[in-house]
Amino acid sequence: MGSAMNYIWDFSAVWRNGGMLLDGFANTALLTATCLVLALPLGLLLALMRLSNARPLRFLGLAYVNFFRAAPALVLIVWFYFAFPVIIGVEMNAFEASILAIGLQSAAYMAEVFRGGMQAIRRGQWEAARAIGLSSADTIRFVILPQAVRQMIPVFLIRFAELVKATTLAGVIAYGETVYMANELSTQTYRPLETFTAIALLFFVLIFGITSFSKLLEKRLIAGR
Amino acid sequence: MDVLRIEGLRKSFGPVEVLKGIDLTVKKGETVVLLGSSGSGKSTLLRCVNFLETPDGGTITHNGVTIGRKSHNKTIYTPSELKAVRSQVGMVFQQFNLFPHLTVEGNVMLGLTRVRKMSQNAARKRALECLDRVGLADKAQAYPLSLSGGQQQRVAIARAVAMQPSMVLFDEPTSALDPELVGEVLNAMRQLAEDGTTMIIVTHELGFAYNVANCVVFLHEGRVHEKGAPHEVLVNPKTERMREFLASHTLFRIPEQVAAE
Repeated sequence: MGSAMNYIWDFSAVWRNGGMLLDGFANTALLTATCLVLALPLGLLLALMRLSNARPLRFLGLAYVNFFRAAPALVLIVWFYFAFPVIIGVEMNAFEASILAIGLQSAAYMAEVFRGGMQAIRRGQWEAARAIGLSSADTIRFVILPQAVRQMIPVFLIRFAELVKATTLAGVIAYGETVYMANELSTQTYRPLETFTAIALLFFVLIFGITSFSKLLEKRLIAGR
Repeated sequence: MDVLRIEGLRKSFGPVEVLKGIDLTVKKGETVVLLGSSGSGKSTLLRCVNFLETPDGGTITHNGVTIGRKSHNKTIYTPSELKAVRSQVGMVFQQFNLFPHLTVEGNVMLGLTRVRKMSQNAARKRALECLDRVGLADKAQAYPLSLSGGQQQRVAIARAVAMQPSMVLFDEPTSALDPELVGEVLNAMRQLAEDGTTMIIVTHELGFAYNVANCVVFLHEGRVHEKGAPHEVLVNPKTERMREFLASHTLFRIPEQVAAE
């Protein structure tokens, strides 16, 4: 107990090397954004497959979603980085392996958000669209998605927050994201408590900001209905 | 020519056979009213006409073209064929089913631009004409949820009519409306009938059936139980079932009107 009381917090080393953490943060942002660019369209495609009338497409979509939801992100990252090159003979750097692992998994989560949102649209909307002769593609594009996306935005934001956190796992294959940089910094400065406290606060502000915004939007959307 | 010919139509939901062989012919300009108690299959029959439900047997012929291709003992319907049928058959639903994210005008225009491939300007012009026919041209820029139920249903009618279909189906169009809003929708429908629109209507508005329909079809347990001109079928029903059905609609007072004439 005495030693805990005697610890003297000193954040000056963190401040002096703030640039390193900032670089890490920039890399986190880059990885998150790239994963999102992969996960959103792929998620929509998977959702459409799961809603399709064609049984093979439905099965493929379901198999994909089940596989990637069940696999731990950390395992996927390690697997894509080390096993993928062995199997198909393509070398990947840490950034590329992380995009694949985290982005493909995120697509599975996004698919379920899209699917849930589209299925929540009343059957009458699908029928009215079909009854005027719209094709399936036009029905989804002009009638279902515009309504569904509105309702989905809050859930998307929560998934986005989770995606930001998931990218910190890319540190295990030495991708220079925030947590990896923090680790580097703490071994250089012998100030792990201060370093990790600082990035904990950084993440808290970011994630809390996103989820609060999502709650606010959700209230607005419910009120606007 | 017959706009619609239905022969031996059968449809089951699981073990329940809802339609047990329906024959029905609708001529150009006719208004046909389908009557029947709940579960008699009248909505299912209507929804088979534009293939929102897929028939299990029998044939449906639109304007001389029989839909579907027989293969062994099954009938195959291609998506493009069904799309073509649906673009030729308008439908008005009990719950209106307007697209809430589009304006009134946008609702009417969507089928015109995407299915009929009309330009924005031509589609807008047609939409405004059709909205004018149902008395709602001034609501073109409004959103559906800001309108009353009666207004929404009239927009739905405009949306169906704008496609210039060969026939319009009405599935209990006034059942979801407050009583004071029923009249405006029935008036719009009567106007369509007088303009020569071919219509099939599922409704419980017997007064409307009496005054507007050319033909009344009474369905019972998945079959056409009684059929004929409204002043015969509704006034002198031949069958016990039809008499019971009419008696259960206590608001129906046509025999007294007839007596007064």
